[in-house]
Amino acid sequence: MKPAPFTYHRPRGLDEALEVLAALGEAGKVLAGGQSLVPLMSMRLSAPAHLVDVNHVPGLATVHVDEHVVRIGALARHSQVEHDAAAYDALPLLRQALRHVAHPTIRNRGTTVGSLVHGDPAAELPAVLLLLDGSVTLRSAERAREVEAASFFIGPMETALRPGELAVAATFRRPATGSGTAFVEVTRRHGDYAVCGVGAVVGASSARVALLGVGPGPVLVDLPDAVRDEPLDDERVHALVEEAIDPEADIHASADYRRHLAHVLVRRALAEAHHRAPGRAA
Amino acid sequence: MSVDLVRVSFTVNGSPYDLELDPRRLLSDALRHDLRLTGTHVGCEHGVCGACTILVDDAPMRSCLIFAVSLDGAAITTTEGLQSSDGGMGPVQRAFHECHALQCGFCTPGFVTTVTAYLRDHPSPSPEDAREAIAGNLCRCTGYQNIVAAVQRAADLVTEGATGACVAPGTEEPT
Amino acid sequence: MTTKMFGERVPRVEDARLVTGNGRFLDDLGHDALEAGFVRSPQAHARIVDIDVTDALDVDGLVAIYTHEDLEGRMGERLPLLIPHPTLTHGRTPYALAKEEVNHVGEAVVMVVATSRYVAEDICDRVRVSYEALPAVVGVEAARAAAHLVHDDVPGNVAAVMVQRTGDADAAVDAAPHRLELDLAIERSASTPLEGKGVLARWDADDRSLLVHTSTQTSTSVRQAIAAKLDLPVDRVEVVTPDVGGGFGVKIVHPWPEEVLVPWAARRLGRPVKWTEDRREHFVSSAHERGQLHEVRVGYDDDGRLLGLSVRFWHDNGAYVPYGLIVPIITSTQLLGPYKPGVYRVEFTSLYTNTVIVTPYRGAGRPQGCFVMERVMDAIAADLGLDRTVVRERNFIRPDEMPYDQGLVFQDGRQLVYDSGDFPASLAKLKALVGWDDFEALREQARGEGRRVGIGLACYVEGTGVGPYEGGHIRVETDGTVVVSTGLTSQGQGHQTMLAQIVADELGVPFERIQVTTGDTRRFKYAVGTFASRTAVMSGSAVALTARTVRQKALSIAAQALEADVEDLEVVDGLVQVKGSGGGSTARIELGTVAVLSNPLRYAFDEAAARATQFAAPADPDTPPVGPGESPGLEGTDYYSPARSTFANGMHAVVVETDPDTAEITILRYCVVHDCGTLVNPMIVEGQIHGGVAQGVGGALYERMEYAPDGQLVNASFMDFLMPYATEVPTIEIDHLVTPSPLNPLGVKGAGEAGVIPGSAAIASAIEDAEGITITSMPISPSQLFELRRAREGRP
Repeated sequence: MKPAPFTYHRPRGLDEALEVLAALGEAGKVLAGGQSLVPLMSMRLSAPAHLVDVNHVPGLATVHVDEHVVRIGALARHSQVEHDAAAYDALPLLRQALRHVAHPTIRNRGTTVGSLVHGDPAAELPAVLLLLDGSVTLRSAERAREVEAASFFIGPMETALRPGELAVAATFRRPATGSGTAFVEVTRRHGDYAVCGVGAVVGASSARVALLGVGPGPVLVDLPDAVRDEPLDDERVHALVEEAIDPEADIHASADYRRHLAHVLVRRALAEAHHRAPGRAA
Repeated sequence: MSVDLVRVSFTVNGSPYDLELDPRRLLSDALRHDLRLTGTHVGCEHGVCGACTILVDDAPMRSCLIFAVSLDGAAITTTEGLQSSDGGMGPVQRAFHECHALQCGFCTPGFVTTVTAYLRDHPSPSPEDAREAIAGNLCRCTGYQNIVAAVQRAADLVTEGATGACVAPGTEEPT
Repeated sequence: MTTKMFGERVPRVEDARLVTGNGRFLDDLGHDALEAGFVRSPQAHARIVDIDVTDALDVDGLVAIYTHEDLEGRMGERLPLLIPHPTLTHGRTPYALAKEEVNHVGEAVVMVVATSRYVAEDICDRVRVSYEALPAVVGVEAARAAAHLVHDDVPGNVAAVMVQRTGDADAAVDAAPHRLELDLAIERSASTPLEGKGVLARWDADDRSLLVHTSTQTSTSVRQAIAAKLDLPVDRVEVVTPDVGGGFGVKIVHPWPEEVLVPWAARRLGRPVKWTEDRREHFVSSAHERGQLHEVRVGYDDDGRLLGLSVRFWHDNGAYVPYGLIVPIITSTQLLGPYKPGVYRVEFTSLYTNTVIVTPYRGAGRPQGCFVMERVMDAIAADLGLDRTVVRERNFIRPDEMPYDQGLVFQDGRQLVYDSGDFPASLAKLKALVGWDDFEALREQARGEGRRVGIGLACYVEGTGVGPYEGGHIRVETDGTVVVSTGLTSQGQGHQTMLAQIVADELGVPFERIQVTTGDTRRFKYAVGTFASRTAVMSGSAVALTARTVRQKALSIAAQALEADVEDLEVVDGLVQVKGSGGGSTARIELGTVAVLSNPLRYAFDEAAARATQFAAPADPDTPPVGPGESPGLEGTDYYSPARSTFANGMHAVVVETDPDTAEITILRYCVVHDCGTLVNPMIVEGQIHGGVAQGVGGALYERMEYAPDGQLVNASFMDFLMPYATEVPTIEIDHLVTPSPLNPLGVKGAGEAGVIPGSAAIASAIEDAEGITITSMPISPSQLFELRRAREGRP
């Protein structure tokens, strides 16, 4: 289990990184945290000819918070985001979700943006980006573009990132004031990929959930009827979720079990998010 | 096929190294076979078992999931670097010994590094915290119970002048 | 004074080197060695049509590529069938490198030697092997149906059929007032030590000798196997076991293909060669265990007492049977546990499949047997409306019936005779520990909180300390250091500590002065290996006997020097002294000095030696310096060889909670009562139990080898083969019962495997109790529990 040979590039600045990526095109692969890429390379399931190591590019390990968004730079490690007090105050859902991402040791190296770019359908962060109407900032030597979450995730392990591009940041929109959030999962072992997971945002006049493990990618379900100050219409929620998901069986769970979990976890996530919404009657 | 070697400088356990490496060399292999620091073990090479856990600038990371050349300028610590100043067992290592928290010892260096970093931020963990702290490392021998005890014992030993002994849960003296 | 060491919680001497990174495991050695890699079959069953290495030849760092055609002489023949048995009528073993046909994914086809493992893998990628696919036989049912054959010359895929009976069990069942029939299944798991296998071989062309390091559970037998395969005199081969990162059974198998190929290549190339198994290789080319289907018929009286028990089971032995029938033989005999079965008949069929070979994994067939018997006990209790502990108690062998002959032949070819045990006392302890009689109140309380809990238990008896023998060698050096060796190996059980404790007491020397070496054929040539929870019994007894011999020799030499009678002397704290002198007498002599005196010398190479030279030591000039029957040096060798195995036993109780919504299963309490005879080091015994229980929990709730119908192992990684982390293993509460074995000088029985045996049985019992759903197959996942709930509710 040793990686195949590759040519290594260690740009020391963003422009240099983008130039190298532009020159390499399809042959270039970005290395940030590497927590998903390196095992694939060691199993020789991935063998890029060129690896562009952006770990020495300054200015990318950022967590920016303002009144509308939390913006995560390409080199912000999961643990940095998880423990960022301002980010937590602004958007508790990030920490709620990040705590389900593997184990702390992996989060010390793995990057939040890298997880989005990897596009694993069982991963937590794509669901969160979708849930919060987030976007990914893609830079190439020629231009920058902002891609909304809904169009960024194309399929399993497939995103809108093009050859020559670097995902320099991800922007998570803060939900309306007064919203509550939650992220719940069922995993086989602590820290494993979720058999099923649900992130929820419950606001004054809206609620939505994003599910993982029940489709080829994260599944977003808007629940306009499920408002904060009234009891949720369980049957309506069930119907909306049922319509949106299409789980498959694998070695860990049957499709029906996943479907069942989706409904259980949606209920739990909504209840928890509802409970956390500020100003809610005790 | 010729290999373009890449230069990388970092410190390991305080000693500086300036190396020229095949860029695909995993940090675990560089430590073990280039620097001959074989205390860091390789149990799965896909980042799940935690035996290869080392500290990079004091944060635990999997050395099998990092290319050595990527750590230019970093300060790396392995279990060899966590001995006491006289070359004996450091406090976390001693806690593992006192609590019988190792059997074959293959996974142990990864636990020692993980626990060392954890205790810096959490100086007095509860048994539940201690269990959670080691939950990213696999051990096939101990059933973890004595490792949980060792985390708490280590917390005591890190504090100067600790006395007493390891208290393992769930055991009874033979009748 | 000497502190008694036997029975004490002595911290381990192994730890200091291991925690500081100074252990030496296989891949920590041989930095100068070439490295081997293997092209392994991606197909479960296929004929090899062609092997094309053209693309691989221009890789820098290539040293050699070998296929079966390169293997001359015995190397080209099949690997040995290690444990033949008369009923193993169709035993088949693999070649070191596949010849013409592959029979499981992962079978080695091509060996590559290169300057590094990285390069070796580059080369493996470029070797093109063409296969002609054959139908794969996967799983017991496919093997039994035999629509296709694994081996053309093995009809029905049947390697062996074995029957044992104590009478006409089916007639006894038919005549019984109550009868039940059960179908029970256990799936595959595996030992999965954190360190895989590994071999390092150095050929000394001048000395024409081979030095091999291998991560094994039996260095002495690997040595014999290598010598036989390489056609070398045995005395030209030495095998050393370095620190071993866990074994749990998989490393008792030998020689693994790599264990002969690496030495063979080292000799051929005249350079050191090393192979370090990686995790993926370990999944597909080592060994698995546990996969069996069982059909049970049982008859019993109104009180739940067994009258007849008839068991048929089908054992999936994988593609080859190098380790013989040990696993199913153990299931078939140890299934009986602490019970009297009435009339018993057992028949097993061992079947070939196109999957990884099956060899003992900690517990070795006992977890399956325990699962079967304990499911039977629970089923009887349910049928008669009796408490589950009552049914067990009524079927126990009573203490006054010991030794108890079950009337069967065990895995060692000897009668299955339990030496000791007090099962009612163990059960009483377990009930007290877990609070069995108070559980209904807890259940009610939980129910009131909307929670679902259940309690279960399982009992087992474990044959431990099987023969044929182990030996020990002890030498006292002139500085008083006591050097102990035994031939069997260590994989983390703390043998250096445990054996030193025994020697300290038996020889009368400080624990700190004792150095123990295991598994090094340069030090001890005769041994069997580390398996079957046998080290404390076998090597423990052997070093105890050896220590007594050496002590006697020391006393007789000291008696001459002190001009005292041997009967009046004792050895205390490394000093030979007159009994009862309390160390106050000047008439005493250090054991190191006795060692000096034991070796009359001509040359004074150090200070100690000077005291033993011919002009220094006054001696009778008319008697030979070394008398008839004597030998120089204060040392001795002795062996322990028992007529039969010892039998340890234990009982586990488990409390589980099952989530009514998600079907997640949580273990709330795990209680163990354990009887392994006298305990040399309770701390180490408890550690063994902890580790065993964790593997039992893994086998019950998490681990399964998932084969696709085409023979691909689809979860061959730690991502998908779910070994428990700390968060999946409960706190384990232990109580001991000590019924010493009458069979050996120490009264010990062995403890290595105990913890794992009743895991699936006890947890199944608890889940069944929580859910009210009969559990017939383990392991069980939340998804499977969910499906069982749906089936009960009659939904599709």
